[in-house]
Amino acid sequence: MFSRAYRIAITVPPLAWVTIFLLVPYLLMFCFSFWSVSSAQTIVHSWTLDNYKQLFTKDVYWETLLRSMWIAARVMVFSLALGYPLAYFLSFYAGKRKDLLYQMVIIPLWVSYLVRAYAWKTILGSDGVLNTLLQYVHLTRHPLDFLLYSPFAVVLTLTHIYTPFAFLPIYAALEHIPRNLVEASNDLGASPAQTFWRVIFPLSIPGVVAGATFAFVLSLGDFLAPLLLGGPSGIMISNIVVTLFGAAYNWPLGAAISLCMLVLVVSLLFLSERLEKKWNFS
Amino acid sequence: MGSTIVSISGSRIESSAPGTTPLLTIRHVAKQFGKNVVLRDISLDVAEGEFLTILGESGSGKTTLLRIVAGFESADSGELSMMGERLDRLPPYKRKVNTVFQSYALFPHMTVEQNVGYGLRVARVPSAEVDSRIEQALARVRMTAHAKAKPGKISGGQQQRVALARALVNRPKLLLLDEPLSALDANLRRQMQVELKSLQREVGISFVFVTHDQEEAMVMSDRIALLRTGELEQVATPREIYSRPATAYTAQFIGHTNLLRAEVRGGRAHCESLSWGVGLPDGQAAFSVRPEDVRVVGPGRPAVDGVVRFRGKVQHRAFHGATELVRVVAGDGLVFSVRTTGMDGREEVECEFSPADAVPVRDSAERS
Amino acid sequence: MHALLVFCFLYLPIAALIVYSFNGAGVGGFPPRDLTLNWYRILFQDGAIWESVGNSLLVAGFAVVIALSFGIPAALALDRAQFPGKALFRRLVLLPLILPGIITGLSLLMLFNWAGTKLSLLTIVLGHGTALISVATTEVFAGLQKLDRAQEEASLDLGATYWQTFWRITLPNLRLSIIGAALLIFTLSMDEIAVSFFLIGRDNTLPLEIWGRLRRGITPEINAISTIIFVFSLTVIVIWYRLRARGEGSPEIAAELVETAAQGD
Repeated sequence: MFSRAYRIAITVPPLAWVTIFLLVPYLLMFCFSFWSVSSAQTIVHSWTLDNYKQLFTKDVYWETLLRSMWIAARVMVFSLALGYPLAYFLSFYAGKRKDLLYQMVIIPLWVSYLVRAYAWKTILGSDGVLNTLLQYVHLTRHPLDFLLYSPFAVVLTLTHIYTPFAFLPIYAALEHIPRNLVEASNDLGASPAQTFWRVIFPLSIPGVVAGATFAFVLSLGDFLAPLLLGGPSGIMISNIVVTLFGAAYNWPLGAAISLCMLVLVVSLLFLSERLEKKWNFS
Repeated sequence: MGSTIVSISGSRIESSAPGTTPLLTIRHVAKQFGKNVVLRDISLDVAEGEFLTILGESGSGKTTLLRIVAGFESADSGELSMMGERLDRLPPYKRKVNTVFQSYALFPHMTVEQNVGYGLRVARVPSAEVDSRIEQALARVRMTAHAKAKPGKISGGQQQRVALARALVNRPKLLLLDEPLSALDANLRRQMQVELKSLQREVGISFVFVTHDQEEAMVMSDRIALLRTGELEQVATPREIYSRPATAYTAQFIGHTNLLRAEVRGGRAHCESLSWGVGLPDGQAAFSVRPEDVRVVGPGRPAVDGVVRFRGKVQHRAFHGATELVRVVAGDGLVFSVRTTGMDGREEVECEFSPADAVPVRDSAERS
Repeated sequence: MHALLVFCFLYLPIAALIVYSFNGAGVGGFPPRDLTLNWYRILFQDGAIWESVGNSLLVAGFAVVIALSFGIPAALALDRAQFPGKALFRRLVLLPLILPGIITGLSLLMLFNWAGTKLSLLTIVLGHGTALISVATTEVFAGLQKLDRAQEEASLDLGATYWQTFWRITLPNLRLSIIGAALLIFTLSMDEIAVSFFLIGRDNTLPLEIWGRLRRGITPEINAISTIIFVFSLTVIVIWYRLRARGEGSPEIAAELVETAAQGD
């Protein structure tokens, strides 16, 4: 139906841009990961597997990666725990206020990440709102240390940031469930609880998988929250990469880690896509 | 199966045969959505083992009524009882009523088997019994071969049968069917009508069937409840509703009819140039004459005493297979539909009908 | 009631932030005392912040232009054209939506390094534009689904060429999607920090300026600017939402974004 000129016009420019600014950079990252750094702080374009060897042998990298994954996993679980019931409530019980409430969930999403992370910092600090509040009502006598500069702070902040991300696909999936299925289930004698577990939840699984993936992947790659709130015990893998591109000046090694992260993320995406297709019944 | 037709205003109780306890009693049910009054003062009984059709145009409130019985809507006023117990106080999952939805509403993530067994598992019926009952139900609707298929993979007609099995397997006292055949093509529809009817006979439970298709209603029902903008127009057996329609609306909604508006003076009804004897008081009256009761007269046949005769021009002929529906315009402008079995190509005809076939009907005003 | 708690959780930090921006004694200390506009006053006199705001606006504006210029054709191509590598293309375009910003930022950094480009606002613009093409594409793609194909066919039937049809029929119908996308891209660009972090030259964008200060220590001035950002974002999102709701009336809008990204093929 469309002329050749039209088709060229709509495919070539984006293809070109995407190739230059997305594909080539990834390829470059791949190349960089095999190069090395000379003592004169320049990048030597000689091919070596050194970076990867370092990656897989030095403990610090593994530990940090595992810690990052553990943090990401917790964020994922908590965001789902917060996001799912919220989505369920909005979709099935909110009635007229559904739209307004939905907007209210979306709004924090678009409020600057930095702002929100900073807000938590002010709350959790030893002089911060939470500590002074607790002391004010005499629940504690000294500021609680673990609140800030700890993995706890990172998990808390990231959960706060990514719960709306988890909420959105779950809500969309729940909205897609035809209401006559719920009626049919009731008609056949299932109580609301039974209806939820046998009909609603299974049909919402694609949304849950999508939400979980978002929360996990984005948390895994986060470096800002750990920098602001993580302290020494809350360092995540991305922080290591940042230093490698900054003060520690080892781009190739950083590229190697980034590439691993990229591969990890893409595999997770594939996995999650598989799962979603499997559980998609519409 | 008897029925009583009472006045058009005020409350009317359309009951089943005297002496039997009805299965379901609906009393003075009313429902409105915002400013829109959908049901006004509906009272109706459903007998055990009967096939009752709620017939009406879209907007008549028939689906709302069904949903109130199922429990998905609650009536603004009135009550529902089943076998003496209040039904309207129970949530849908506690009622011994099952529904076949218009869109079938099969669970897409379960197989046919799992769909059918859903109600039983939810009620924690022992596993062995569940399996045997599923088998029976599937056999009854001839879907045994598709037991392991998912709803997405079977045809509309097959889905409909699964929906039926899923409802029936629970042995409800009452089965509600919300226009279940409307999505099927004509031939399949006719076939399913017959199947549903014999299924109902076989299973022996009451079916309440909702449709807008009057032919369907006539074919399947023991009784028809004609619903018009939220009120019951007439409740009667198909035969009765056809040959003795209570109102002009009923006469015109069910089958074809000729509606004659006449003035009664001194025991005779006068409609344009036609007149015939009636036992009605003076005043305005309306009569329904079915096309098959209007006969085309052969040339030279004398008029029998009392029979109403008229001449007219053939305006249009519609071929209906076994019969033809002919539109005849009489001299004074009256238009008749005449059903004949074969007529030559005449342009001018002479027709007649007996006064006995002119059924007086109430000409109710249009309701909002 | 659970929902209520979640909402409280979501809004608590923001509320605290706003409240303390008016707090005389700065952040910390409960309960807040000294209602004051002092911090706002200091904020307005802070030249560096306003310079970075200007930079951010500039960057955001150009990012919108780039993202739309390439995102709209991309959406059209995905919707209508068949070409080799389409599947890969689709994944690449949508990848930045879910990929942590660090990877996008670093890969572009390596590109600029290899190409010898100096880091500056331009590189940030290129970075934002690239990352946000995905937003433009998803929004416009969703809009295309709602477009009645028959309208375009009718236009062709009546004698209009493909180009005329595009300008007279397709684009106007996509107006809402495009405006929505523009608003979204603008806001995201203003707030973007992960990608910008690596591509920054001498001039700061607003988030990076704030970041710099955060590293040095907390001043309640930050609370003030944060509050302003919050109000600004709120306004934009409400406008965006109203626009979309006018177009369709269903609240699946941002979810489409996320959903399409998660669906891949």
